[in-house]
Amino acid sequence: MSGLLSARAWNKIWVYRGTFILGLGNTLKTAAIALLLALFLGIVFGLMATSNKKILKTISRVYVEVIQNTPILLQMCFLYYALAFSGHSPGIIITGILALGIYTGAYMAEVIRAGIEAVPRGQFEAAGAQGFSYISMMFYIIIPQSIKVILPPMTNTIVNMIKNTSCLYIVGGADLLSLTYSFVTGENTGGSYAPAYIVCGVIFFIICFPLSTIASTWENTLKKRERRSVLNKV
Amino acid sequence: MAMIKLENVNKYFGDLHVLKNVNLEVKEGEKLVIIGPSGSGKSTTVRCMNYLETPSSGHVYINGHLLTAANKTRVIRENASMVFQQFNLYPHMTVLKNLTLAPTKLHHKSKKEAEELAYHYLEVVGLKDKAHVYPSTLSGGQQQRIAIARALCCESRIILFDEPTSALDPETIQEVLDVMIKLAKENITMVVVTHEMGFARQVADRIVFMADGEIIEEGTPDHFFNNPESDRVRQFLGKIIR
Ligand SMILES: Nc1ncnc2c1ncn2[C@@H]1O[C@H](COP(=O)(O)OP(=O)(O)OP(=O)(O)O)[C@@H](O)[C@H]1O
Ligand SMILES: [Mg+2]
Repeated sequence: MSGLLSARAWNKIWVYRGTFILGLGNTLKTAAIALLLALFLGIVFGLMATSNKKILKTISRVYVEVIQNTPILLQMCFLYYALAFSGHSPGIIITGILALGIYTGAYMAEVIRAGIEAVPRGQFEAAGAQGFSYISMMFYIIIPQSIKVILPPMTNTIVNMIKNTSCLYIVGGADLLSLTYSFVTGENTGGSYAPAYIVCGVIFFIICFPLSTIASTWENTLKKRERRSVLNKV
Repeated sequence: MAMIKLENVNKYFGDLHVLKNVNLEVKEGEKLVIIGPSGSGKSTTVRCMNYLETPSSGHVYINGHLLTAANKTRVIRENASMVFQQFNLYPHMTVLKNLTLAPTKLHHKSKKEAEELAYHYLEVVGLKDKAHVYPSTLSGGQQQRIAIARALCCESRIILFDEPTSALDPETIQEVLDVMIKLAKENITMVVVTHEMGFARQVADRIVFMADGEIIEEGTPDHFFNNPESDRVRQFLGKIIR
């Protein structure tokens, strides 16, 4: 446990705190933009999965299964080198955003699909019988009812995405974990392994823990409400 | 002209042949009641009329338009509404919002026009004081009357009813039937699947009896209840009326 109790090691981290702040900033920036991409993909593929067009369902299924059944590290390497070899390397930040967005989009699509499927058939039928088009039915009737089912797992997916920024390390990213790694192996800064990783972990924890807590609180309220409405019906 | 016309309609669910060459015409303003044993294809028949089920073969005409996958949303929006066994009100909206959603979003009505319409039909179903509550706070009978008001707010010429009283407590069935009897005085084309023989006798212009996916017999209530031709109808009525 190199330097865990060493004042010098901790001091070095304080001196180089800018590195951690920079890493945190990069992680949050990457995560925020990747989240927008993931939400977009999740909505598009989630709606496709619940449409009654076989071809759209199949496309959505293939996307979700391919992404969920291959390692994210492999996807990052593949995207990074594929883009690099094709001649227009967009740089590590963009690659990271694309890879994380596409990866998380598959999980978002599943969350949205499950949320939509939780709405009773009768709601789709009532909307269809009134002559709502698919899109306006989703917008006015289905999505507002599924949002409470969607939000908790969606928040968990976001937490996972923030943690997954650390995978950018494999392609030489500038995210929090990558910068922590450069810091502990750097010529001038090296050595403070234990304190540096602890600080890095604490930062991740401070961001992720409140989000997971919100998610599980929502989930519990939802479960309680459901139990109550079942009891009311009996 | 026929308001609704089913022409050689067949429906399969997998290998199950649920509708067998059904031919049926409903005239404008006609009140048609469909009866028959469970599983005979009554729901499937009315659900083919608004393409909630797409027929496996055959044609459906609504107000002269041949329904297709491409035009069904528009033709149904302009011509037909439906009342379901399970009410299917939108639970995340107040009663008023349930009633004004389609008029404002689909029928180009202003909010004010739509609300006036909504209050008018709430009065018709006797629930004007419930405009601002959520559906889950209402009894089954009240929810179904709201569902009827919601259908009326679309001012469709056709209203389809699929067993509107089958999910209700016995004591609230009559309040819903009373609303439907009131409606039957209007020039709305009504197709009603029901087990309420009193209602059928009182309101129907014509009764259709289905069994095993086929129309076995049709006629006026008088013909039906007093001298039906087929044994199956006699058996069915014997069981249901007692
Ligand atoms: N979506 C479906 N998938 C498979 N089979 C179905 C489906 N809908 C209906 N069926 C079957 O088709 C047959 C006719 O069903 P339908 O609901 O039209 O009968 P019904 O006369 O309305 O009966 P009930 O009085 O019980 O409502 C039944 O055997 C039913 O099990
Ligand atoms: Mg039925």
